[in-house]
Amino acid sequence: MEELKVGIGAFWLYPQHHYHNEVEELKVGIGEWKIARPPQRLITLGLGSCVGIAFFDTRTSLGGLAHIMLPDSRQFQEITNRAKYADLAIPDMLEAMLKQGARRSSLVAKIAGGAQMFASADRRLLNLNIGQRNVEATVGVLKELGIPLLAQDTGGNYGRTMILDTGSGKVYIRAIGRPLKEI
Amino acid sequence: MEAWQGLNAFHLNVLKEIGNIGAGNAATAMASMLNRRIGMTVPRAGVLPLAEITRLVGHEEDPVACVEFNLSGRAPGKIFLLLTRESAFYLVDFLLGKPPGTTGALDDMGISVLTEVGNILTGSFLNAFADFCRLEFIPSVPAFAFDMLGAVLSSAFLEGGYFADRALVIETQFYDAEVTIKGHFFLIPEGESLNIILEALGLGAGP
Repeated sequence: MEELKVGIGAFWLYPQHHYHNEVEELKVGIGEWKIARPPQRLITLGLGSCVGIAFFDTRTSLGGLAHIMLPDSRQFQEITNRAKYADLAIPDMLEAMLKQGARRSSLVAKIAGGAQMFASADRRLLNLNIGQRNVEATVGVLKELGIPLLAQDTGGNYGRTMILDTGSGKVYIRAIGRPLKEI
Repeated sequence: MEAWQGLNAFHLNVLKEIGNIGAGNAATAMASMLNRRIGMTVPRAGVLPLAEITRLVGHEEDPVACVEFNLSGRAPGKIFLLLTRESAFYLVDFLLGKPPGTTGALDDMGISVLTEVGNILTGSFLNAFADFCRLEFIPSVPAFAFDMLGAVLSSAFLEGGYFADRALVIETQFYDAEVTIKGHFFLIPEGESLNIILEALGLGAGP
């Protein structure tokens, strides 16, 4: 299996002429997004407070998967990696998908993650649930862009792996000690 | 994040050496906790981006236990200890007086044991570090997570409000005749803290 490694701060557009090779799973790292077509699967591992956003075009079967870390880039002065932030990564991925032939009218979204992983006595007092803020920001951006949010598996206190099968448009969630779940 | 860019090889060597001392202190604490001779090595130490830290410890979906503290004082930041699942379960078995291999999942008792182990090890690590720097680090109460490495690691950064993606990592292995306990300490100075630490060590800030 060919593995495509993309460092933090990078994104990867899967080249058109590679559609028919053997690549099965494309890994999307933290603070990255990637686009793929059938029969490929996009996978992002270990979402904690981060949020995974899967786009799927029901007409062209073009899929995209983003792994964002923070809700809002406007709180930061220097942006070195646009794919880290919900407000930049999601529109960027959308634009790239539209360039690759996706139709806005047939695009749908599913999201997962946004957990609060750490439990402690004083942590709850801090009004700093970054997972929840990531989910809220993501939902807000999708609404602004007019992409319907079909399903979400968010919150809680456990990590998730998110898989988008571009062949079927199905999204699967894997977690420790829980059965594989389709959302 | 920018603070790291002023670090040169000499600074890193000093930080690694302090890591060694801290980890040595933690090994002593573990030896008295387990009541046996515990050796310690620091195979690697350095400043790494998040993606490489993940690779250093294992695979994103590997289950790990993490005990994490916020540090206040003149040089605020955070510190956390990661233990592989095998090492975590071994410690639970040992400290509860069960035969090795008994623990297969974590219950409240197991979580409590590991949080306390983290408390003791991190406390002794910090004490050595603080003595060396002549700075006081005041740890918060511990926060605990047991889950996928990728989820735990990224959330340890983000949930603490630390949004850069680099940390000082000190890989630490404790071992005795029978078993190797694999742990990693991560120290993340916030804002100006790294410069304050370097200044306290008489190294001055980087350029």
